[in-house]
Amino acid sequence: MKSAQTPLHRVKGLGASHSGTGHFWRERITAVALMPLSLWFAYAAIGLAGTSTSAPLQFFAHPMNAILMAAFVIISLYHAALGVQVVIDDYIHSTGMKIFLFLLVRLFVIATGSACLIALLRISVF
Amino acid sequence: MAENPQQPALATRPLSPHLTIYRWPVTMMTSITHRATGMALTGGALILAWWLVAISNGLDGGYQQFMALAASPLGMLVLFGATWSLAYHFFNGLRHLAWDLGYGFDKKLAERNSVIIFALSALSAIAIFAIVWTGHGGYLQ
Repeated sequence: MKSAQTPLHRVKGLGASHSGTGHFWRERITAVALMPLSLWFAYAAIGLAGTSTSAPLQFFAHPMNAILMAAFVIISLYHAALGVQVVIDDYIHSTGMKIFLFLLVRLFVIATGSACLIALLRISVF
Repeated sequence: MAENPQQPALATRPLSPHLTIYRWPVTMMTSITHRATGMALTGGALILAWWLVAISNGLDGGYQQFMALAASPLGMLVLFGATWSLAYHFFNGLRHLAWDLGYGFDKKLAERNSVIIFALSALSAIAIFAIVWTGHGGYLQ
């Protein structure tokens, strides 16, 4: 019998899900990266707890600390967007609502991440 | 999507997985808690952004207000929740990575590890708060 699938659809082999293992894999890769970064974040957050403004300003003025913090922000928010997407996939069954929430989550992580990165730039560069 | 006229009426009998009548094994608890802490930490990113923006505003740019709010009872409750959530998601995340490599699926072992992760995450959060409370935090100034 002649297949109803287009040749492109068949060769991609993704079926009705429209995606493969990429999402799962990215979630794992970011998780592995976040293990050491979270430990560093805990070290930094405890070390800066209860300090006056000059302490965190000096701390993040150091390029290595600014870079590690930026990495923690970017990777954890990327991981968050991937994770929240799975929760939406599981509990929201209307396609329209699903797409709306996906976009909302992305808007949230991009806005929050931008605020963090611009703050880090202001501290460490300007 | 068009309504399906053949769709059966909603069942009133309990449907699998019988969440309301099921005795929850601890592994179910750790699974849903991983999700809940992940969602909480996503929202908690706002606190991180607020903190960094307050620092970047320099002297008297809202950092003192942030610290005062963080030291208030509500602020400490929220920060304790965030600390425990991160600790829990960290330890249970390690377990998820071990599962992905094929380790830790034995039933008794999974149950034991679940209890360990709840205890370890709670102890970590309490230890971090004890460090800060007893004045051993703030070593980066």
